[in-house]
Amino acid sequence: MSSIAKKKGFGATIWDYLTTVDHKKIAVMYLAAGGLFFVIGGIEAMLIRIQLAQPDNDFVSAGLFNEIITMHGTTMIFLAAMPILFGFMNAVMPLQIGARDVAFPFLNALGFWLFLFGGIFLNLSWFMGGAPDAGWTSYASLSLASPGHGIDFYALGLQIAGAGTYIGGINFLVTIINMRAPGMTYMRMPLFTWTTFVASALILFAFPPLTIGLFFLILDRMFGGNFFDHTMGGNTIIWEHLFWIFGHPEVYILILPAFGIFSEIFALFSRKRLFGYSSMVFATVLIGFLGFMVWAHHMFTVGLGPTANAIFAVATMAIAVPTGMKIFNWLLTIWGGSIKVTTPMLYALGFIPSFVAGGVTGIMQAAAPLDYQLHDSYFIVAHFHYVIVGGVVLAILAAVHLYWPLMFNQMLSEKLGKWTFWFFFIGFHLTFFIQHFLGLMGMPRRVFTFGANQGWDLFNLISSIGAAFMAVGVIILVVNIIITVVKNVPAGNDPWEDGRTLEWAIPQPVPFYNFKQTPLVRGLDTFWIEKQEGNKVGMTYAEPLSDIHMPNNSFIPFVMTLGLFIAAFGALYHGEKDWAIPVLVLGIAITVGSMAVRSIKDDHGFHIHKEDLMNDKGGK
Amino acid sequence: MSHDAQVYVRSQTEFEYIKQKRRKDMRNQITTFGIMIFLTLISFTAVAADFSVYLIVPVILLLAAIQVVLQLYYFMHMSEKNHQVVAFFLYSAVMLAFTFILTFLTIIWWG
Ligand code: HEM
Ligand SMILES: [Cu+2]
Repeated sequence: MSSIAKKKGFGATIWDYLTTVDHKKIAVMYLAAGGLFFVIGGIEAMLIRIQLAQPDNDFVSAGLFNEIITMHGTTMIFLAAMPILFGFMNAVMPLQIGARDVAFPFLNALGFWLFLFGGIFLNLSWFMGGAPDAGWTSYASLSLASPGHGIDFYALGLQIAGAGTYIGGINFLVTIINMRAPGMTYMRMPLFTWTTFVASALILFAFPPLTIGLFFLILDRMFGGNFFDHTMGGNTIIWEHLFWIFGHPEVYILILPAFGIFSEIFALFSRKRLFGYSSMVFATVLIGFLGFMVWAHHMFTVGLGPTANAIFAVATMAIAVPTGMKIFNWLLTIWGGSIKVTTPMLYALGFIPSFVAGGVTGIMQAAAPLDYQLHDSYFIVAHFHYVIVGGVVLAILAAVHLYWPLMFNQMLSEKLGKWTFWFFFIGFHLTFFIQHFLGLMGMPRRVFTFGANQGWDLFNLISSIGAAFMAVGVIILVVNIIITVVKNVPAGNDPWEDGRTLEWAIPQPVPFYNFKQTPLVRGLDTFWIEKQEGNKVGMTYAEPLSDIHMPNNSFIPFVMTLGLFIAAFGALYHGEKDWAIPVLVLGIAITVGSMAVRSIKDDHGFHIHKEDLMNDKGGK
Repeated sequence: MSHDAQVYVRSQTEFEYIKQKRRKDMRNQITTFGIMIFLTLISFTAVAADFSVYLIVPVILLLAAIQVVLQLYYFMHMSEKNHQVVAFFLYSAVMLAFTFILTFLTIIWWG
């Protein structure tokens, strides 16, 4: 018996998390770290809205304002939304497909630590001479000219965090391809697993262009390269292409898992099979492909020429077709269902009109001639917040309520949950709806202030009030979480009573090996089928009880990442401080050394024995 | 080790079958290897013989593409069963890379 559950001390618990390779604990860490960055990004958003609440404001200076908007966007996309979604993927996907863990538990831990250290590195810029200030898109013509080290923090931090995301994506792909339980065919996978799969494939193909772009930027800024410098034969437009080849798929990496979460919610709380399952799968895959063919719609005004603009405009509009299919399928899932309006369902219902509004403005922007008017105005800001907040963030908040009992065996308060929803939802529309009109009235995005005579005062004030509403909603959520954790009332399994998929069939708290016996999946919504047939344990088993092979914990992922973190400081201060090169070498040596240890030292894991599984403690 | 580990003994026929199959695989690999060396020789000769660049470049690219395919199918086992997912991802990547390169050529460098 290698893992005996004792009452652990605080230090032991910390050590457990630092070394864990269990997908469920890694999920908790993703959620915690992502949640923290979400709060930081949210505070930055509040500062932006305070500054813009009235004309000619000098709450923050122009330079600081640029740093705040850059860090807000970068944090929210790379350090909040994506990691939180990764948290849910880690927590839920292996359980949905009947796996005992992801395919590469060690890499799973490595991916998490890379994300966290990358995020910390990026945010250290605030205390080390100033944050990046060229926007989250960091266009080279601007970022190469930015003084100080802000952009260097951006490039190096994202490189580290991006490596983590990439590793995570590959891990999910391999897990879904190879680790499905017997009977879990591709066309029986729950939609959240499907969207995790396609989003991971997008990560696989979209992150390499970003990595290349960032390397070019690092070389240009820190090591005398000239990739983007036209005076030296480079070309600044190349950055824009590389960034958006990554950037547009990135928005689908965010929204597809959100679609998956809502698909689960609609079926669960309409107590009905998801309408048009196979067309949902088809639409997901199609969106994945089309997502790669449209990046230049972010560059209509660059001067690509009418042919290129026309091609990319048409391709962009085509995405509306599979997206529309999804919307109709959701509506038809609700139609005739026996609906229970729980907090997650409330979010799902709020999501449909909000996301449709964002999609419609997207189509407007896809019309290249019109985009000449809309580009770089507040209309764009309204569009992407409608899809990202109205889609991704609503999905994240819904999933927090939906999966909290699965992850922590506690129910969040439904009453407070609904309060959160209403504050957030009303605040969201108040903030962003009016920004469409600010855009049409000519207010450019990324300006630090505006004049009293421009007629934008009232709308900006309304927008800022809306932001305050959203903040109240999030604060209520935090309070809700604290109360729930302190009360600690066990929720038991199938807490929503209508669970359809495998994750709800598992006894609570989920054992660290997930499934005592690998389940046999007998159809779409397999738990539902078992329940209909009166099966008390909720699962049919595919194998007799036997020993379970589990991986050992490891501290190596942490050390490996620490090496890169140290090396990044060396690269950053290269050519400026004497210690830079030694630090760079030291960091890389730590990383390479720990890789060597990992390769040379065999680690075969351990077995939980059948006899221990059979006693009532279930191997713990 | 698991307590329930089972030892599986192959029957004579199974054994014969596997042996035959391995022999065939081996023959295929060696033939492919021969072809690949031959293709490489052609490329080198083309350069050594000082043909026009407009001939050499397309010929080498074509031969390279053939080599990649041979490599994938005969050495990286894509010709075997259960490799559809790998093939799917590979061809998707090829298709995307092609799109990116085409746009870069047409709207950045030639345009
Ligand atoms: C029907 C689907 C969609 C269409 C047709 C569409 C179209 C567009 C277009 C044409 C632009 C560029 C506008 C400009 O800068 O002039 C744009 C910007 C943007 N879109 Fe969408 N979009 C769609 C869905 C989404 C989704 C689902 C997300 C995210 C989850 C998203 C996130 C963004 C972001 C972040 C930007 C602004 C990027 C920046 O300049 O900082 N869009 N969209
Ligand atoms: Cu886009």
